[in-house]
Parts: sequence; structure tokens; C-alpha cells
Amino acid sequence: MAAGAGGGNCDVQWCFSQVKGSIDDDVAEADIISTVEFNHSGELLATGDKGGRVVIFQQEPESKNQPQCRGEYNVYSTFQSHEPEFDYLKSLEIEEKINKIRWLPQKNAAQFLLSTNDKTIKLWKISERDKRPEGYNLKEEDGRYRDLNTVTTLRVPVFRPMDLMVEASPRRVFANAHTYHINSTSVNSDCETYLSADDLRINLWHLEITDRSFNIVDIKPANMEELTEVITAAEFHPNQCNTFVYSSSKGTIRMCDMRASALCDKHAKMFEEPEDPNNRSFFSEIISSISDVKFSHSGRYMMTRDYLSVKIWDLNMETRPVETYQVHEYLRSKLCSLYENDCIFDKFECCWNGNDSVVMTGSYNNFFRMFDRGYRQDVTLEASRENSKPRSVLKPRKVSTGGKRKKDEISVDSLDFNKKILHTAWHPLDNIIAVATTNNLYIFEEKLN
Amino acid sequence: MSGDNEDTQTADETTLDEKAPVQDKVISPEKAEEAKLKARYPNLGNKPGGSDLLRKRLQKGQKYFDSGDYNMAKAKIKNKQLPTAAPEKTEITGDHIPTPQDLPQRKPSLVASKLAG
Repeated sequence: MAAGAGGGNCDVQWCFSQVKGSIDDDVAEADIISTVEFNHSGELLATGDKGGRVVIFQQEPESKNQPQCRGEYNVYSTFQSHEPEFDYLKSLEIEEKINKIRWLPQKNAAQFLLSTNDKTIKLWKISERDKRPEGYNLKEEDGRYRDLNTVTTLRVPVFRPMDLMVEASPRRVFANAHTYHINSTSVNSDCETYLSADDLRINLWHLEITDRSFNIVDIKPANMEELTEVITAAEFHPNQCNTFVYSSSKGTIRMCDMRASALCDKHAKMFEEPEDPNNRSFFSEIISSISDVKFSHSGRYMMTRDYLSVKIWDLNMETRPVETYQVHEYLRSKLCSLYENDCIFDKFECCWNGNDSVVMTGSYNNFFRMFDRGYRQDVTLEASRENSKPRSVLKPRKVSTGGKRKKDEISVDSLDFNKKILHTAWHPLDNIIAVATTNNLYIFEEKLN
Repeated sequence: MSGDNEDTQTADETTLDEKAPVQDKVISPEKAEEAKLKARYPNLGNKPGGSDLLRKRLQKGQKYFDSGDYNMAKAKIKNKQLPTAAPEKTEITGDHIPTPQDLPQRKPSLVASKLAG
């Protein structure tokens, strides 16, 4: 496969590759997928769920016999990352749901990831063991001690190959630093520190140190009655280790420079699109709340997702986004019912492709959308079991907004708002995407001929 | 969104309606939806995007009376979600005080993910 694949999307046809999870319509709450993340090479794909479990898939190396098939993703490791806890002081349950998984860049044979629930971040080490020592003098193979009288000769134990075993162990637990619910973690490009953000505060940690963290942003007002906005997401710049951004429920993004001061309450830049006051409604603030913010790989742009759109910002221009893409504008005339069924508060994520030319985000009815920035084209695709024949090409979907519904189109009122795609991920190098429905993980890839 | 803003807007809309009924068609879908919501919930707070919503968000999660209440609720859920758990030795209750040897092996409390199946 050519490196740097993933250019403009207009020629790319997406086809089904794999689906993970049970076909069962009756979804247990623990099986709801809550986060999806490729590692830096794309070889590993991690998912977290509401039950606090992490499942890691590994891509099989490409087979020379079938060059048109990229390797499949198969289960590599699975472990229980977080367990439910009870906060005795507030009499509140602390959910074990994994809110975010972030991979560390690989430094040695082992892989490391940060996984977090509402209150506690854990650093997990995933390592392989494929040999074991055999031929001890004092122990039998099953571990029982030998009778010393039977030992007549000495031998040197040797390592012999064994079936591959993948072990996950918690190396660090970063706890008790967040009063509010953690929504983001982000590893710094210095590979030594990372940030964790909750509704009102952002903390900076060193990966080696668990008993201390620095508070770098605090937007808690002295009087909680004066609370007007909360932090919704935060991320470190991909190559400037002093820069990070955080988004708010009011639709603003603040960029902070850690060199300026220890407490970054004063932002270096604030990105906000001016709003027409005549268009303001009860829903304006709610739908402007940013649910995700992601830097481009290049570090020149950042993308934000609010309820109805995806916006691309040039870091050099704070006054307005450079590009705005409507994800599902037809929902604007449904805001009343979406407020009543709480869907208006759904937090959709977004992601960039490897060379920042295409962005992707999820929608309802198990639809997801891709926007090609260069060719100014967009496509709506669907993750469903009906389109799950191996290598079958995904047909673009369309939602009919007018009165007349064409054949193959689906009307807004027929959309299933319980089928939401909140989490998607794009392979860092190739055109392979992972799309999470409620409890299934779909892997799609570019059709190669 | 402050309370004052809301009132001003409502007043504006009423004025518009009275003066130019034709202009109804120009009302944005968002405002139309807002009107629908206000019609259904006339008592909806004056600070809709403000503190109430935010505070609800800050305090998400089910509140229990105390840890005993929490553990009871968890036990009920466990019973519902493990229908296929194989019954091991008969539970020893009531008749005599169990010794460590009598207690059944601790089952893993959580089931593996179906994604790994």
C-alpha cells in the first residue's frame, strides 16, 4: 500500500471490511461503546465501553497473496480498565465508563495507553510474551519443587518459544485530581506530560508522577450561581508542546500558551464566530456547544464539532472559521423534539484523515458523514448489518428534506435517533476507518483494485 | 443567555406578528421550534442555556441515599444480568455459620466484552 494514501476523497469508494460485536438487538448497557482510537501507527485499534472494558484489535500483517486486502483487525488484548466506584462523600456513583483512550507514541517493545473514566486516569502497559524460561534445576515444569536428592546434574535454563501471550497491566493510576467529570485527556508532544480536563478545570500531569498534578486552567466562578460555561474538550498541539486548546459549552475555543504563566486562565487566543443576534433562540447556546475539538495532523488547523456542524479554524485567525460543513442541517426544524428526548445534548466526535484533506463525523440513523476539504464534496454513508457483505461497496445515503422523497432517500421523520454514531476514528496513514454504532464496531476501508 | 434577552425577543416577535402577518414565513426554523417548546412548557426557566442546564450537567450521575443503598441497587442489577451463570455449590445460609472453606469461589464479577467474542 502506498504510504500517504488518503488523498482527496472524491475518488474513494468505501467498502465494508469487518464488524465487531453481537448482532443482538437487546443491548446491555455495559456494551455501549464509548470511545475508539487508533494508535500512532494504525496497527492497533482500541475501544472502550460503558462497562469499563478496553478491547484492543491488531491489524494482521498484509498477506503477499492478497495484496488488495489490507490486514484484518483481530482481538489482541482485552481487560477491565475501570470498575464502578462509589463516592461516599457525595453519595454518587462513579461510572466505570471509559470516556477517552489515548495512545502514547511507542518507545519500546511495549505499548502504552491512557484510559480514563469520570474521575481516574490509568496508564496501561500492553506487552507481549512469546518465550518462557525452561529447564530449572530446582523446579519441575509445573512449578513444583523438586526433591533435592534427585538432582544429580546441573543445567542452564533456556528460553523456549511459547504461544503469544499479551498482558495488560496498570502501571500508573492518576486519581483524586478532579472534582468534576473528566471529558478529555491529551498526551503532549514532549511524551512526558499529558493534560486531563473536566467541566471546570484542566490539570497537567507527568506520566511518571501520580501523586501530584498542576492545575493549569480553572474556570470555576467564586459563586456557582454565576456559572455560564463549562469546558467540553481539550487537546495539546501536535508539535508545539507549550500550546493547548480547550472548547466550551458556549461555542468558543481558547488557545493557551503554558510559557506565559503557570495558570493559563488568560487565553492567548480566543476563537469565536460572531453570531447574528436576530437569529438567537432558546436553542442557540445549546447547539453551539462544542462537543469535540481536534488539531489537524499538520498543526495548522483545528476542527470543532457542534450539534449541527463541523468547523475548521485556521490557528492564525480567531474571528471566524475558514470552513463550515453542515452535518445534518435538516434537524434545525426538529430542535423542539430533540430537546425533549435529550438528543440535542448528544456529543458527537470528529476526526481528520491522515493528510488532513478529509474530515469525518457521525450522525443519527447510523449515518456518518465525510467532508472533502479540497474537492468541496461530502458524502453520507451508513453503518449497518445490511451492508455488511465482505468488500461490498457502501452506497451513499441521502436524507430528503423537501416534501418529495425520492426513491432510496429517507425522510427526516423516519430517522432513528437511537442509532447514533458518536465515535469515529481514521487510520493515521491509510484509508481505513473505524465507526462505532451503539454496540458494534465497523471497520471500513478504501476499495482497492 | 440572560433573562432580559429572552423577554426582549418575545416582545419583538409579538410586535412583528401584529404589524406584518406576512413576515411569519420568514421566522427561522429555530425560532419556530422555540415557539413550539414554549407552548408545551410555558414554565420553562428564563435562563434556558444558563445555570440550570449547566448545573445539571455538573452533577450527572444517579444519587443514592448512602453506600448501602448503592450496593443493594448494584446487587439487583447483577442478578438480572447474569442469567447464564452456572450455579455452583449450594449457598450456605441460615443454618450454620460458614467457615472459609464453605464459601464458594469468588466468581469474576464482570463479563467480558462482546467485541472480543
